[in-house]
Amino acid sequence: MTAATPNRNPVALPQTEFAVPGVRCAGCISKLENGLALNPGIAAARVNFTAKRVAITHLPEMTLPQLVKILGDIGFEAVPIAGDMTDGTQQESRQMLQAMAVAGFAMMNIMLLSVSVWSGAQGFTRDLFHWISALIALPTVAYAGRPFFRTAWAALRKGRTNMDVPISIGVLITTALSLFETFTHGPHAYFDGVVMLLFFLLTGRWLDVVMRSRARDGVSALLKQTAAGAMVLGEDGKTRWVEAKALLPGMDMIIASGERVAADGVILQGQSSFDLSLLTGESAPQMASEGDTIHAGTMNIDNPVTVRVTAAGPDTAIADIARLMEQAGQSKSLYVRVADRAARLYAPAVHTLAAASFLGWMLAGAGWHESLLIAVAVLIITCPCALGLAVPAAQIVVAGALMRAGILVKDGSALERLAEVDRAFFDKTGTLTLGRPEPVNLADANAEQQSILLALTRASRHPLSEAIRRALEAASLQAATLTAIREIPGSGVYAMAGQRVVSLGRPDYDVAHAGMAALLLIDGQPALTVHFTDQIRKEAAETVAELSRMGIESSIVSGDRATAVGPVARALGLTAQTSMLPEDKLDAIARQKKAGHHILMVGDGLNDGPALAAGHASIAPASASDVGQNAADVVFLGDALSPVATALHAARRTQQIVKQNFALAIGYNVIAVPLAISGHVTPLIAAAAMSGSSLIVVANALRLRAVVR
Amino acid sequence: MTGLALLIPVALGLGLLGLGTFFWSLKNGQFDDADGAALRILIDEDDPL
Repeated sequence: MTAATPNRNPVALPQTEFAVPGVRCAGCISKLENGLALNPGIAAARVNFTAKRVAITHLPEMTLPQLVKILGDIGFEAVPIAGDMTDGTQQESRQMLQAMAVAGFAMMNIMLLSVSVWSGAQGFTRDLFHWISALIALPTVAYAGRPFFRTAWAALRKGRTNMDVPISIGVLITTALSLFETFTHGPHAYFDGVVMLLFFLLTGRWLDVVMRSRARDGVSALLKQTAAGAMVLGEDGKTRWVEAKALLPGMDMIIASGERVAADGVILQGQSSFDLSLLTGESAPQMASEGDTIHAGTMNIDNPVTVRVTAAGPDTAIADIARLMEQAGQSKSLYVRVADRAARLYAPAVHTLAAASFLGWMLAGAGWHESLLIAVAVLIITCPCALGLAVPAAQIVVAGALMRAGILVKDGSALERLAEVDRAFFDKTGTLTLGRPEPVNLADANAEQQSILLALTRASRHPLSEAIRRALEAASLQAATLTAIREIPGSGVYAMAGQRVVSLGRPDYDVAHAGMAALLLIDGQPALTVHFTDQIRKEAAETVAELSRMGIESSIVSGDRATAVGPVARALGLTAQTSMLPEDKLDAIARQKKAGHHILMVGDGLNDGPALAAGHASIAPASASDVGQNAADVVFLGDALSPVATALHAARRTQQIVKQNFALAIGYNVIAVPLAISGHVTPLIAAAAMSGSSLIVVANALRLRAVVR
Repeated sequence: MTGLALLIPVALGLGLLGLGTFFWSLKNGQFDDADGAALRILIDEDDPL
């Protein structure tokens, strides 16, 4: 790309980001970037491998579906990323890192000077070193301390207290006193301690932010953006792509088979079956024909239909669910994290202790200066350095281990809440089951039938065809050579195998009792009916058993009919509530909550969204709807259900380690505080104690690496 | 004492230089895609389009 193409256009071109989960190696990066650059409509493309994304700068006339198609042609499944979903945490993580770097720089330089003071520098040299330390420490405290001062001030203004309040008070008082010592040629200045404290605490904060942003990247790479828009039929008879948010009531959308509906509407023309599982949890597709209402978020399975939009954007059924979710999620935001709960007890104790030692020494006859020095020593010794690391260090180690096992944890509080659950609600379709039809009797077909089936299904995009194709391709079969293949939407695929007519299509008789089915016809051979069921996830029974061993009682809450839920409930030995609306699931959770239980909600659909938001903790499979994944605390990959038990185990183990860490931090205080109160703590001892306790806490947290087997 | 007057500014200056470089690289997006950077050295760019 040496030539000055219009790419160097000074006008800012639009940039669109796509999640491309398929990028796995260096070859993929160059294939994607070079392949995109070949396209005349694309000015530049840059892959971010860590986040599995590609940012494309393109001409304004390129539309979203065009870009997705170009990416698809290069061989990558891509999903547009809506707006600036991750910018917030990225910004935060960068600020933390900058503050940490400043604190780290200052800490090292002040330590360098402090070592000579500790080893006996006297008189002018000591004063000089104290002054240089002060010059480094003051701007550092002002810059690196901001994250703590800000939250502490916000909490204080609301009349509350959190971990940052004792930190801020400790840092400010110690800095002020050290400055005074420097002015008065005193022997002890605590600049090194203050800056070290900030550095360790910022490390803890940064780990917390990194964990959140990494999980968010992982989740946004999985999002499917249910329906980004629709083909709209214009008055001139031409069709054009309209994004979901620009759809207006009265427009006519053409919905192809296999496409998700972008807005609520009434069918004008055509007849098709719709998969409602995302919306209601019902597994069997429903027929809809002219005049019937269909909802946004459902998927058209059979025939293309024309739909007149009746409600779009905030008026759709999906938006109602979103509102329900918002309300349900409010109780979760009231959850107080372990570290803050500890701080509520800790902060008053620390301040009382410091004040008491000041008063005590004053009464004992020491001067106010000496008493104040001792009080500051108590403050800095008790400042929750190890406490600040205790929780995030453990949580990020576990989140990393879980992520390698295909389990994404959204944030630290999710692990804390997960450890507290004592009852689990499972959705059926897509959660206990795979949520997609799987052929059950392919073994009945002989080799010839199987190879013809494979060839036929490769020519069709129908969900049942794709299920057969997946199953046969997994068995690495050879496809038969067919000619004159054509697909008649709503009827089936037809072709010639040599001189014989072959077809795969809808069975004529009613097979509703047996769920879904497809009929294979080959001239001169008996017909073969392929039956489909939505199969239960691998290791579902083991997971349920494991949960009950952990003292967690499970049951099913499903939007599906009792006849569909029954077999699954019996197979897993669970009780079930059926035909539940999203509101009913919320009620069920609210009842359990009132009875004092902590509910784990495991679900995937749009209809589970409010329940996922309301549950004390929630888990969704990666195959879930975007709404489900966004609402859940934990998202797991793969077809097995066992990650649910793995995540619970890991969460409980984390909580144990966090408690041990608290015990270590408090144990250290029990030894160090009497020393401080008796006036034996010098800056050297404070620095050694602080870094020592922090290292012990981090080392203890590292034991969690082996928690996921 | 004269040694100190020279060495302390040198030590601080080097530290500041490192800090400045870190800020610069952070701002420049050098850390945005750590895994990708490790892979990009494998891409052969002898043959531009």
